[in-house]
Amino acid sequence: MNRCAVIGVGQTRYTTKRRDVSIAGLVREAALRALEDAGLTFKDIDAVVVGKAPDLFEGVMMPESYLADALGAAGKPVTRVHTAGSVGGSTALVGASLIQGGVHDRVLVVAFEKQSESNATWALSTHLPFSASLVVGAGGYFAPHIREYMRRSGAPAHIGTLVAVKDRLNALKNPYAHLRIPGIDQAMVESTPMLWEPIRYLETCPSSDGACALVLASEDKVTGTPAWVHGAAMRSEPIFRAGRDTVSPQAGKDCAADVYRQAGVCDPRRDIDVAEVYVPFSWYEPMWLENLGFAAEGEGWKLTESGATALDGDIPWNASGGVLSSNPIGASGLIRFAEAALQVRGMAGEHQVDGARLALGHAYGGGAQFFAMWIVGRERP
Amino acid sequence: MPSDPLVARHVLEFPGGYTRTTGPVIGRFLTELRARRLVGVRTAEGRVLVPPLEYDPATGDPVTGEYVEVGPAGTVTASAWVREPRAAHPLDRPFAWALIRLDGADTALVHAVDAGDPRAVPPGTRVWPVWKDAPTGQITDIAYFAPEVTKIVSPVRAEYRLRAGGALRVFLEGVARGVFLGGRCARCDQVYVPYRTSCPECGGRIGEPVELPGTGVITTFAINNLPDPRAPEVPFVSAYVLLDGADIPMIALIGDVPAHEVRQGMRVRAVWVPEEERTPSMANVRWFAPTGEPDMELS
Ligand SMILES: [Zn+2]
Repeated sequence: MNRCAVIGVGQTRYTTKRRDVSIAGLVREAALRALEDAGLTFKDIDAVVVGKAPDLFEGVMMPESYLADALGAAGKPVTRVHTAGSVGGSTALVGASLIQGGVHDRVLVVAFEKQSESNATWALSTHLPFSASLVVGAGGYFAPHIREYMRRSGAPAHIGTLVAVKDRLNALKNPYAHLRIPGIDQAMVESTPMLWEPIRYLETCPSSDGACALVLASEDKVTGTPAWVHGAAMRSEPIFRAGRDTVSPQAGKDCAADVYRQAGVCDPRRDIDVAEVYVPFSWYEPMWLENLGFAAEGEGWKLTESGATALDGDIPWNASGGVLSSNPIGASGLIRFAEAALQVRGMAGEHQVDGARLALGHAYGGGAQFFAMWIVGRERP
Repeated sequence: MPSDPLVARHVLEFPGGYTRTTGPVIGRFLTELRARRLVGVRTAEGRVLVPPLEYDPATGDPVTGEYVEVGPAGTVTASAWVREPRAAHPLDRPFAWALIRLDGADTALVHAVDAGDPRAVPPGTRVWPVWKDAPTGQITDIAYFAPEVTKIVSPVRAEYRLRAGGALRVFLEGVARGVFLGGRCARCDQVYVPYRTSCPECGGRIGEPVELPGTGVITTFAINNLPDPRAPEVPFVSAYVLLDGADIPMIALIGDVPAHEVRQGMRVRAVWVPEEERTPSMANVRWFAPTGEPDMELS
């Protein structure tokens, strides 16, 4: 397998409404920034991979066809990836596989969402005939699994608010982050209403417009500062399966085990320096800490409570502010992967974790049934 | 209402309307307007007046004979919002009276802006004329001005015809009778509900449907406080109900109990709508309600 590196990262400033640009203008902005970071132009790119959550979100069917011009892709292979919320991560992995498999030398990977032109809750709650109408959206879907985590682990109720505060404090250091809430603290989070009990308003992610892009290169074509791919894995599992553990899905455990094995990680908390993990509801931090093996079962919340996952902790999670601070759904997974790359390239700016050498990028989607992860490193694997 | 004999309606309207001679300057402006062009006139000092005037208000001199095409777009310099339009107003919906400086002009003209919302016409807003169908040489040949097009509405509609066939038909026929039908995987022995014909875990075949009781346990739940016209009234509880004898929970509404008294481990039973209202649909299950039995221990 050929080596693959991230040599360019581009992001748009995430915000509620980008009224000044079309979807094409939005993705192009991210793509041009990634190319600029890599010191390249569209001419240098062999193939483009586009990631996007369900077409029904914006109602643009097969947007990759329409976006080919904006991404300089006319006459080049364009691939569309869709794995629900994990799509950004899967998109990076499909791009990386084109390099690792020796098919291409330079691949542009782009993912986006323009939530201001859409209504995700509507698109996720299309009532089929013969079924009962229980519109719940993503929050309504995940709230019972969070409740079950709280019951099993005995975690105190304030853990969710700790994550909500920590990630928003990190966001203040990230110029691309959407939510900037100066002075955010536990009291502010606790004063917001329960939307889907046990999830409070400030314990959920925002709706954002935004795009993220990466330039991936084979070893011969590396320019600038590379983040080397040390491991890449995807797993999925059926949403309706008897005995499925919706709190700590097997697909997530299997995906982590695979990516750790590839990267030579034995103890993720010790071996990984920083993690960008898909946490759209604050309670998913302790849940994924356990699912990803950073903590033993039932112990994830203790890691959060101890401050280990804060920017100055021993294993910072979501130094960028995470999904809780910016959520252009289709791009959210790719942003995790991109931020992991920025950290090991030493280019994360104010939210840089000092000396980060190995970073985890993680995304999940659907009913916590699709997982995508990569580990990137400063050194060549 | 009794009418007051000392109150009378009095209309003063010149029959057919007054005629008015435009003079060469205003006449040129209106003639151009009829051809859907906007012109101003240049003053001796070089300013462009729109709408044109015959005499420069700054100096009292006649304006020059030079007409300058301006616009068609312009910039709002000030506006006033009309909440309740009157009969003679150019629009029958709330609109803004605005001073609009057309591109290339040094003065502003007054016209209506159809903006929908007073916040949409701050000074600096770019507006374009929307023309009447048959211009006649009047300022009302411009029906109104409108902000630039920055977004469009793109309707998307797909219509399907869904036929409940196979396993779903079997399940719905059960629901029409007030029973839940599940099925046991021949290979891994797990019981799935709703009934299906193959196992998502091992791919094994699922044989004949088995009747499951309408009772079960709430494994976990959410209290939904976000209202949605398509959903039950808030707060409502959506729960995972594991039917007795099944190995996979169903998502269901919980009723007959205040939301905050719902517990994980609570025993519940399906409450069916009266037989005469039943259809082959999950709408047959009004909700699940507590049975009053002791809670079950969850693993
Ligand atoms: Zn089976």
